[in-house]
Amino acid sequence: MTNPASSPPRIEALRDSEIAKPPRSQWRDVWDQFKIHKGALMGGGFLLFITLAVLFGNLVWDVDPKKLDIRNKDVRPIYTALWDGDAKVSWARPLGTDNLGRDHLAQILAGGRASMAVGWAAMVLTMLIGTAVGVMAGFFRRLDGPLMRFTDLVLSLPILPLMLVAVTLFRQPLRANFGPETGMFILIVCVIGVTSWMQTARIVRGDILALKEREFVLAARASGTTARGIIFRHLLPNVLSPIMVSATLGLATAIITESALSFLGVGFPSDFPTWGKMLADAVPRMQEFPERVMLPGIMISLTVLSVNYLGDGLRDALDPRIRGR
Amino acid sequence: MLTYTIRRLVLSVPTLLFISLVIFLLLQLAPGDPMAQVPLTVPPEVKEKMREALGLGQPLHVQYWKWLVQMFWVEPKVFIDWLTSSSALLGWLPDTALYQGELRVISWQTRSPVMDLIVQALPQTLTVVGTAYIVGILIAIPIGIYSAYRQYSVFDQAGTFVTMIGFSIPPFFTGPLLIVIFSVQLGWFPFIYDTTHRVTDWPSFVTQVKQMIMPVMVLALQTTAQISRFMRASMLDNLRQDYVRTARAKGLGEAVVVMVHVLRNSMIPVITIIALGVPSIFGGAIITEVVFSVNGIGSQLINALFANDLPLVMTVTFIFAMLIVLFNIIADVLYGVLDPRIRYD
Repeated sequence: MTNPASSPPRIEALRDSEIAKPPRSQWRDVWDQFKIHKGALMGGGFLLFITLAVLFGNLVWDVDPKKLDIRNKDVRPIYTALWDGDAKVSWARPLGTDNLGRDHLAQILAGGRASMAVGWAAMVLTMLIGTAVGVMAGFFRRLDGPLMRFTDLVLSLPILPLMLVAVTLFRQPLRANFGPETGMFILIVCVIGVTSWMQTARIVRGDILALKEREFVLAARASGTTARGIIFRHLLPNVLSPIMVSATLGLATAIITESALSFLGVGFPSDFPTWGKMLADAVPRMQEFPERVMLPGIMISLTVLSVNYLGDGLRDALDPRIRGR
Repeated sequence: MLTYTIRRLVLSVPTLLFISLVIFLLLQLAPGDPMAQVPLTVPPEVKEKMREALGLGQPLHVQYWKWLVQMFWVEPKVFIDWLTSSSALLGWLPDTALYQGELRVISWQTRSPVMDLIVQALPQTLTVVGTAYIVGILIAIPIGIYSAYRQYSVFDQAGTFVTMIGFSIPPFFTGPLLIVIFSVQLGWFPFIYDTTHRVTDWPSFVTQVKQMIMPVMVLALQTTAQISRFMRASMLDNLRQDYVRTARAKGLGEAVVVMVHVLRNSMIPVITIIALGVPSIFGGAIITEVVFSVNGIGSQLINALFANDLPLVMTVTFIFAMLIVLFNIIADVLYGVLDPRIRYD
């Protein structure tokens, strides 16, 4: 018998049956939940593929998308030969050429780069504005009323008509200052960012309102953390998941909005292809060349679809109530 | 409830004034010159006179005030006169003759009152977009109910996929896609909407239905995607409630439990969503109208924008804003009326 004073009697039931594992990190849990959602996994993979393709595709397919080749104009895509033996096809132009002989594959890659760049930039701007407004309104009580009334006001503006108005108005001065392409890029990114931050702001404000009453914020405040420190160290990491989910939605809307503006003829200039612009330019001749409408349209739809599935999976993976079920 | 409604209506007045001011100031920045279409042979002093005739020479606040007066004082008078003189509803009342020839909001393109142009374009928009909205709701609600009732079944998965597609494929792609398939390849439907077509007998009605099918499908896909999602989520929330177990425990049939108890409760948020979407009937169809050449409000707005017709743009945009504010109030009030747990006062 051992001395009971030096070592207490061991109770079998209190002993761990195995050695405790190191705690799992939160992001590992998120990834494990995310993996279950097949659609989200495929969406994320496709988005990665598209992004890499438009970024580095021109290294593999190094045809200049702006080079005119009138002799080889109106070449059909190579798969047309399957059902139409007389079609004008060429292996050198796998997706055909347009009415000026510009290579369609190279144009799709270049257009994708523009569309994705606009989408990502507008999404980042939307998130910045939305998070800033949401955090300000949620954290500082004096700002809450005015900022949220302002958000409601912007929400009741008719967005698409105002966007069209704004783009037609500011096109000339921005083009004059930054050149036709950069000017248009800045304009479209700003217009989308300024008109779509409201949902993010509302979500962030709601979460901040609930979080700032919690004990850890009280503890931080008691230990003398400044408001700035509380926001950046304690609150923002905790609202990251709703922000990420609305960021995916924002990316999808931004890509669609840019294409819609290009489609209505107020977007990028014609010699600077984006998917929406290519689609719009091809509509008048879609009876003879349906593929010129289909290919950019399919690219837009697939990208947006994959982003939406990604957002769906992220929402499930980042919600601790669903995780682990 | 009544005080709440009145308070919201009163509060909407400054909101609308602010919105109209924002739109007005934005349009004042427009670099376009409405005299750009006038031939170069017209001497500059005549052009200056024409500009003054359009009310362009005056300072900003005068222009804005004049627009407000025309919009909220002169136009209602014209409307009341029309109601009492030639409408079927109130035509029996004596003609009020309030309108004494004051200047109305005049379009710079056609030199006719803006309201007349809007009234001309409204029926096309309402038939196409309104039908699409109703069709979308009628498809969406059964899909949402069944998806929620058989959660994670094949039907639910397929429904989720279709809604995802509805969210992801933009109307400027579905439109041309349908045109390529059904007009070009199959030749079933015309791909230009004939707005001059009048329905007089059965064959002309069939033609009208045929030309409406494609734009209606394009718009209904989006409505369906949105509303069936909401319907499914709301049904799922309610199916897990205790009262559902109680209803089953007292021996009610499955059909009664789902279609009466659960459905009625889950329709409450869905109806507010439907009400919130109504303004988009008037304004959200711009792209679809352009694709199918429907001569409605949306395409009118686009044409006015490209032609620098600022009064028309201003008025149409403001009417959209007014509808959004109005239907926001209607949705909130409906929510309170339908759900006795919600009390605003």
